[in-house]
Amino acid sequence: MTQGTIHNREAFLDNIANKLGRERRTKVSKPSWNYRPQWEVFKGDSQDELLATFKKACEPVHTSVKETKAEALPSALAELLTTYGGGSIVVGQDPRFHDFGLQEVLDQNETHIWDTDLGALNIDKAKEANIGISFSDISLAESGTAVFFNDKYKARSISLLPITSIVIVPKSIIVPRITQAMKVIQDRVQAGEMIEPYINMVSGPSNSADIEMNLVVGVHGPIKVAYLIVLDR
Amino acid sequence: MPMKIGTEPFFDRVDKGLQDQFMRQAMVSAQDSLRERKLKATTGDRSLIDWELWRNAGEEIRRHTLENLDYYLQQLSETYSARGGHVYFAATAEEANQYIQEVVKKKGAKKVVKAKSMVTEEIGLNEALEAVGCDVLESDLAEYILQLDDHDRPSHIVVPSLHKNKEQIRDTFREKRGYTKTEKPEELAAFAREELREAFLNADVGITGCNFAVADSGSIALVTNEGNANMVTTLPETQITVMGMERIVPSWEELDVLVTLLCRSAVGQKLTTYVTGLTPDIEAGSVDSPRDYHLVIVDAGRSKALGTEFQSALHCIRCAACVNVCPVYRHIGGHSYGSIYQGPIGAVLSPILGGYEEYGELPYASSLCAACTEACPVKIPLHEHLIRHRQHYVAGAGKAKSGEKLSMKAFAIGASHPSLFQMAKKMAPTMLKPFTKDENISKGPGPMKPWTEIRDFPAPSRDDFRKWFEDHKRKEANLK
Repeated sequence: MTQGTIHNREAFLDNIANKLGRERRTKVSKPSWNYRPQWEVFKGDSQDELLATFKKACEPVHTSVKETKAEALPSALAELLTTYGGGSIVVGQDPRFHDFGLQEVLDQNETHIWDTDLGALNIDKAKEANIGISFSDISLAESGTAVFFNDKYKARSISLLPITSIVIVPKSIIVPRITQAMKVIQDRVQAGEMIEPYINMVSGPSNSADIEMNLVVGVHGPIKVAYLIVLDR
Repeated sequence: MPMKIGTEPFFDRVDKGLQDQFMRQAMVSAQDSLRERKLKATTGDRSLIDWELWRNAGEEIRRHTLENLDYYLQQLSETYSARGGHVYFAATAEEANQYIQEVVKKKGAKKVVKAKSMVTEEIGLNEALEAVGCDVLESDLAEYILQLDDHDRPSHIVVPSLHKNKEQIRDTFREKRGYTKTEKPEELAAFAREELREAFLNADVGITGCNFAVADSGSIALVTNEGNANMVTTLPETQITVMGMERIVPSWEELDVLVTLLCRSAVGQKLTTYVTGLTPDIEAGSVDSPRDYHLVIVDAGRSKALGTEFQSALHCIRCAACVNVCPVYRHIGGHSYGSIYQGPIGAVLSPILGGYEEYGELPYASSLCAACTEACPVKIPLHEHLIRHRQHYVAGAGKAKSGEKLSMKAFAIGASHPSLFQMAKKMAPTMLKPFTKDENISKGPGPMKPWTEIRDFPAPSRDDFRKWFEDHKRKEANLK
């Protein structure tokens, strides 16, 4: 990969070391932290308990939840698309749509599948789309969050630009909290893997309380978010 | 516009704040609401087991990181540039602005869209970009409101437009952008969404701040609710991140703890709507991602705190929990501080970054009740820092008034010479008699004036404690 440039580093860091009253440090090991409360939250909870926590956390973040078995997923998705007004849809190039048997539903709708060869046309399609459909890569029970490892195929615009974001959540990927997702990322960094350029943890529709502290749901991102939980995947 | 807000003297700003009834009411209800939400999400959330353990974890991480800041910044610059990003270390605000000006000039960029960032407010980046012909648009709803309203300044670190009511915002939108709907927040926000959508799509450059950089992966973590930071980091071709040099964690493991502390302490959310990790990837071939990444790491006075008694002030994660419990902020509001950093952390940071000459009076905007220290999620001893600042100020740092210096000197002489002390004690009731009514002073002279303008001062008694105690002991002895 092409290396970027670094400017003014040595004088800047020398000044820091000087202010700290020592020589520059070139090797530091992280200490073994005395406090790690994050690992105690929902420790030992079963997948059913985590699902219950996840669903409860969706309420305050204005996210609706539907549950289905895998075999009924296509009809559940079709129904959800109708609920949110149907129309144009955008999805990523994600093999899970095929794995979960959703190709037919996509074909039956006005669906744009993200294609990098089409360049900026993808963005036009996404901003005009009524619904974006994505798969959550990890879901966080504590906060009702969907984690997306976005790349050029699973584009970040899909859960951002359309008015409604529908997210498919296999029950098996629900973890207690952000801690477990961070651990997955951390392990990949330590193994020398290239992490995705955009790791996005999304909890509900965009919102703001900037006007007299009144909560307004739907600012720059989607106005509605719905989860479709697949109970046996 | 840089860190400073306004040119009026401190007490004049405070008077102005005290007279602004809407602002005062807004501060009260905002503080109450934010504080209640924070308590519910911290000490009130049993699933966290014990909030104090989280605070300890946060303090431990911040201390280690700041003690090894040179190492982690070096690591960050290596990992960020290894993925094709450019890193610029800026010792001053001017250096940071010059570099960013160069980047936009080389790109021939004219349209810049920004997400909320206190550090870019601090260095006056908007003005620097406008000076080279750029059209700069703030996209955070609060910042957008302030920008439209003739570049008004933030009054709260997390909710910058707290001092404005919805009618004022409606009128600003009407006057500046031809808005035709009502003052309903939903309609105002929908209007901003429409206005900004095209701006995001057409921008050449996107600029964000940085909640935390992750040293070992070269990532920038952004913690937001509106989705504008995601727009800013998705659509423009060039991405510039500006970070205060202390806003860094060693790895994603520590990011977990600090993001949790930030979201819960700032707005009482378990997580904000968006927690986004952005890592340069110039060869990813994405259609909807930047192609050119720049990270500007800013000192601008921060290193003055390193190795000093104020080092822990740099542990701050900008949650404003201290602001939301401060009784002084509650009454005087954000603009009275004269700095973009308000409340207790503002009164600690501003003199470090901007010097005692400009901000030496701010540490006095505190009752030293220590509610701030108790609220801080990373356990910065804020009220102790305020006392230390006062000591430096009175000892001659900055522009402590000569009268104040003289009176402190006179007090020191008087208090260290028993005869002088006795004499002053005896004279005080007589000297203050013209100002005394019903054993209270309500219009005191000189240094007592600011105090007695708003509350009575008890007049010194003719009897002193020592004499009373001796009499008391004698009576006790006689009774036996």
